[in-house]
Amino acid sequence: MSLLEIHNLHASIGGKEILRGIDLTINPGEIHAVMGPNGAGKSTLSAILTGNPAYTVTEGSILYKGKDLLAMPPEQRSWEGIFLSFQYPVEIPGVSMVNFMRTAVNEHRKYNNQPALSATEFLRLMREKRSVVQLDNKLANRSVNEGFSGGEKKRNEIFQMAMLEPTLSILDETDSGLDVDALRIVSDGVNRLKSAERASIVITHYQKLLEYIEPQFVHIVYKGRIVENGGPELANRIFAEGFDWVKEKAE
Amino acid sequence: MQETESSSDVLQEITSSDYKYGFTTDIETEVIPKGLNEDVIRLISAKKGEPDWLLQFRLDAYRWWLKQPVPTWGHVKVAPIDYDKISFYAAPKKKEGPKSMDEVDPEIVKTFDKLGIPLHEREMLAGVQQEGTTGMAVDAIVDSESQTTTYKDKLAELGIIFCSFGEAVKAYPDLVKKYLGKVVPPRDNYYAALNSAVFSDGSFVYIPKGVHCPMELASYFRINASGTGQFERTLIVADDDAYVSYLEGCTAPMRDENQLHAAVVEIYVHDHAEVKYSTVQNWYPGDKDGKGGVYNLVTKRALCAGDFSKISWTQVETGSAITWKYPSCVLKGNNSSGEFYSVAVTNNYQEADTGTKMIHLGKNSKSRIISKGISAGHSQNSYRGLVKVAPGADGVRNYTQCDSLLLSNTSGAHTFPVMDIQNPTAVVEHEATTSKINEDQLFYCNQRGIGPEEAVGLIVGGYAKEVVAKLPMEFAVEAQKLLSLSIENSVG
Repeated sequence: MSLLEIHNLHASIGGKEILRGIDLTINPGEIHAVMGPNGAGKSTLSAILTGNPAYTVTEGSILYKGKDLLAMPPEQRSWEGIFLSFQYPVEIPGVSMVNFMRTAVNEHRKYNNQPALSATEFLRLMREKRSVVQLDNKLANRSVNEGFSGGEKKRNEIFQMAMLEPTLSILDETDSGLDVDALRIVSDGVNRLKSAERASIVITHYQKLLEYIEPQFVHIVYKGRIVENGGPELANRIFAEGFDWVKEKAE
Repeated sequence: MQETESSSDVLQEITSSDYKYGFTTDIETEVIPKGLNEDVIRLISAKKGEPDWLLQFRLDAYRWWLKQPVPTWGHVKVAPIDYDKISFYAAPKKKEGPKSMDEVDPEIVKTFDKLGIPLHEREMLAGVQQEGTTGMAVDAIVDSESQTTTYKDKLAELGIIFCSFGEAVKAYPDLVKKYLGKVVPPRDNYYAALNSAVFSDGSFVYIPKGVHCPMELASYFRINASGTGQFERTLIVADDDAYVSYLEGCTAPMRDENQLHAAVVEIYVHDHAEVKYSTVQNWYPGDKDGKGGVYNLVTKRALCAGDFSKISWTQVETGSAITWKYPSCVLKGNNSSGEFYSVAVTNNYQEADTGTKMIHLGKNSKSRIISKGISAGHSQNSYRGLVKVAPGADGVRNYTQCDSLLLSNTSGAHTFPVMDIQNPTAVVEHEATTSKINEDQLFYCNQRGIGPEEAVGLIVGGYAKEVVAKLPMEFAVEAQKLLSLSIENSVG
């Protein structure tokens, strides 16, 4: 069974249609890169998959593990294993990362009928996962994303991903604003989660991340539709030639 | 827009909460006939076996009160109070004064168990042995009468007096007479005068010179009988170099009618002494349509009389239909300092008008105000503050930070800060922010598997953290829970 099946997805924000018929199937173990010029609808796709209430689905369907994804509230999608690494992670003043993550992890466990982790167990888990993305202990004790640099915020996203061990992870331009070292750390974090059961959608503009993460499938989104499908060679053509040929072909 | 509607629906749903403490306890209660006149005051005074000077104190306050107009300056809508419909004295019936825990009505003990108040000395003693900490002494007041004060003997060894007000009048008349009405005079204001006339019980604390009170002292107030008012009087005196941390908690059953709570708290702080006063106020706030709830009209004031004296007020206010109170600091001593940390949550049709007054009279006196208002439902939440610097008070410093968080489109946040600075050397700072709960923050939490209710609880908890962190540990945990409860509908 496919992990994710998107059929003829149309979606809008504030009455403006952004997605105009997306079809995409993702199987367990696959990594898909989604590329496209600015405003094509890439981030809207990640918002729809995670149930952001600012967006409205006007047509189409999404099956996730065979279930109707659109019927699930955002938190249930998270419990079912969908994770979004946000393009712009928000700050939550006064809420420590430890408290935030412990709440999140235990809500997941509750959904899966597992007992809540004790403080000691949780801190051990946190220490282990923190080292994956080399996130400083000081950051873990600070309020969620508050006073984090751009790079730290992105590493913090991957740290949360490592904590929650999602089945389907969506990386929305996680690489933008990262220096080469941070990019390697982030990619390492993503690669460690690779398995035959899990899948990823990587939204990016840059070649570097795809060198580290190596997607098997590449999709080009333009004006709310997937206009090109291919393998890594498609990404290479985009990096070499840009999107103009895609636009011309689509028009 | 469709999408904003759906998200505000979620907020609306979460912020419509129920009240967890709305049970009544079936205890036999003695209630005097309703209404207020001089005979009623004489009756209260006689019931309590008071000396004549105290009766005169009451009568004087009552006669002045009669002539006063009802104050209307608050940003709250208080329905006219019919004082003939209130009984001014209600006390659980009991055998002649409980001498030990065993004599306290088991129903009352059960009530305090339900409220989670650690009334049993042995439990607390067990806590002492395990934690190596000091535990907490509790004075529990149901309706008008103090029920029991725990740990009294241990405190007595240090010369600390912690007992019901009525008991203090009998056992320490000179101390009570010396300090009563010195910080909040009977003619201070309308409700303080009413309290001075009819107060029934409350707590009295005296910390002798040089004594650092080794445990938290706590009062729990509960209105139980219907159609009664509660008018307790708290008097705390910290002598030179003394220290005490005092906690106050309040609950009431759900009633359709409005119940009146008009308390007075007076704190007198001598040279180099320090008092911390913490309140978690959770009177019944009324139902979702604004029916019922407690009118909480309270006068709280501390006098930092001595040099280098210090007072700190911390309050977490989640209850009451109407809250109208301004815990204040009169900073008379040189180098004295006053602090006010407040979180006020209003939901449904609650109205809160709260803040503080910092009256700087002493040289180099300092004050700090941190106020956080959280408004949900159709509630109105106001901060009202006064920072006053007298002409002779050189070198004064004040810092005020006043934040408002709106959880709904139908609630209001207001600030009324007043500064009256009569000395050019004063440094006074004021910062204020107003914000709406952020949809992006909510969604971020949801995406991590934290549902809407928990997410709002987390965000609000984070917003209030700076203040809640000032509470003693046991109270901080309770306050966190209350905060989430008062904005969620997850009722236990």
